[in-house]
Amino acid sequence: MITPPHTVFSEAAAMTSSAHLSIHNVSKVFPGKRDWFSRITHRASIDYIALDQINLDIEPNTFVSIIGPSGCGKSTLLNIIAGLSQPTTGAVTIAGLPIAGPGSDRGVVFQNYALMPWMTVLENIRFAIETVNPKLAVSRQKAIAQEYIELVGLQGAERKHPHELSGGMKQRVGIARALATNPQILLMDEPFGALDALTRGFLQDEVERIWEQQRKTVILITHSIEEALLLSDKIVMMTRGPEANIARILDVPFPRPRHRETLDQHPAYHELKAEMEAHLSQETRAVEESRIRRPVKA
Amino acid sequence: MTNHILQPALSRPKPFTLSTNQKAILLFLAILIVTLVFWETGARLELFSPLMPSASETFKDFWFWVSDPFFDYGPNDKGIGLLLLTSLRRVLIGFTIGAAIAIPLGILIGLSDVASRAVDPFIQILKPVSPLAWLPLGLGLLKNSESTALFVIAITSIWPTLINTKFGVSNVDQSYLDVARTLGASRWRTLTKVILPAAAPYIVSGLRISIGIAWLVIVAAEILVGGAGIGYFVWNEWNNLKITSIITAIIVIGIVGLLLDRVFGLLQHWVAFGQRL
Repeated sequence: MITPPHTVFSEAAAMTSSAHLSIHNVSKVFPGKRDWFSRITHRASIDYIALDQINLDIEPNTFVSIIGPSGCGKSTLLNIIAGLSQPTTGAVTIAGLPIAGPGSDRGVVFQNYALMPWMTVLENIRFAIETVNPKLAVSRQKAIAQEYIELVGLQGAERKHPHELSGGMKQRVGIARALATNPQILLMDEPFGALDALTRGFLQDEVERIWEQQRKTVILITHSIEEALLLSDKIVMMTRGPEANIARILDVPFPRPRHRETLDQHPAYHELKAEMEAHLSQETRAVEESRIRRPVKA
Repeated sequence: MTNHILQPALSRPKPFTLSTNQKAILLFLAILIVTLVFWETGARLELFSPLMPSASETFKDFWFWVSDPFFDYGPNDKGIGLLLLTSLRRVLIGFTIGAAIAIPLGILIGLSDVASRAVDPFIQILKPVSPLAWLPLGLGLLKNSESTALFVIAITSIWPTLINTKFGVSNVDQSYLDVARTLGASRWRTLTKVILPAAAPYIVSGLRISIGIAWLVIVAAEILVGGAGIGYFVWNEWNNLKITSIITAIIVIGIVGLLLDRVFGLLQHWVAFGQRL
């Protein structure tokens, strides 16, 4: 099945920038076990097609959210863009060049923060800067790290270790670390998924504030409709897995800077929200029903 | 570190309430006193073997050894502190040799699946062997009791450190490795800045087990090779039928073992940074 490429246009659609990200026919198949030993022990499984021919173009400096039912391969897609996982077919290109593995042009914010416990806040950020730019003077590295610590509002916590921080503070370090290497594209994999609702709302506001200061291409994986509506220019809704694909792409026309308190006063807010809810509940129901019906083993 | 600030849940103070710690100390003292009284009366009433000294005699002898630990009146008449230093020196040298082999080898087999599978049969077969079985081999090869003691301690120290290092290196949290990969870190930088610090708590816990076993083994090794040290002292005093000295040695060996364990416990806490093992 070949789907026509979906295109996301930003206000500067005509402008061709170096950060143009393009996903061409990306599929991901996790091979099943079919060797004789697995068959004898009844452990054989069929190939699992996680992603089927995904096509997506993302214009520079756009905030794109990817939302879909659980198990739809959102994280798999993000890992492919990050270069941590190889697509089975297809390719991801940045400015027309196919990516060959991970690179510092893409910063990643992880769901579980992934801060090194033995490094302080400053050292965690400086580790990223030094890895990408080893020739930079240490004093300059520290100055840049300090700048990003201030950007995420963590001044005073420079010498703390991650176990002394709350989840929200840890993720702010994660965001500072991802931004400190000045990537063209920021990839966020459910960055607020492990946080409580109040902290999550606070960090969403922080991301909105930071994005107003440093406009970059951002790809955000999320489960939250409100989060997607607050932060995104475009929302990519995915179908359920296996063989997940892009169902629809929504434009989010709200003016910036946005505020969570006044966002729902925009005339399009409730319509967009209802559409997303309808899509997600339909897909989630289908996922639940298929789990009941389909046997796990081949 | 957390501060235990105990605040009474009720404003009305209850009479005679003891904390868990206070209760434990009282029970500890009770057990100690009952044991000592049983020992003392049993020895006085000659309930035990005639060799068995009373608690008070043992305490007197214990005080003799502990009050002047560093006298030296010849090869078979040294203070207990000097004997302990001899044994500790052997344990630390042997342990250092063992760690110097185990940690690099553990890192290597932790990083390489092929090397790990290739070396695993050797580890699995040699690990369960009693360290003392190596002693005659050491004597035969090295023809020297001092080197043999070090050899046995080194062999003993290898296994727990090797296995823990391998486990720590091969089980680094994937997300730390993903961070290093997304930043484009070199293999060397990933190893020194990510894998080794992440594995450090496991390596230190391996060293902690190793030094504990090395301290167990040194006494037995010194009984067999002789010459010097706290183990030789235990055997020598047995030949003199001085049970009080043997009991003194047992207590002192236990205290030193406890201190060694605590030192590595502190080191473990120091490299863990709040990670739970």
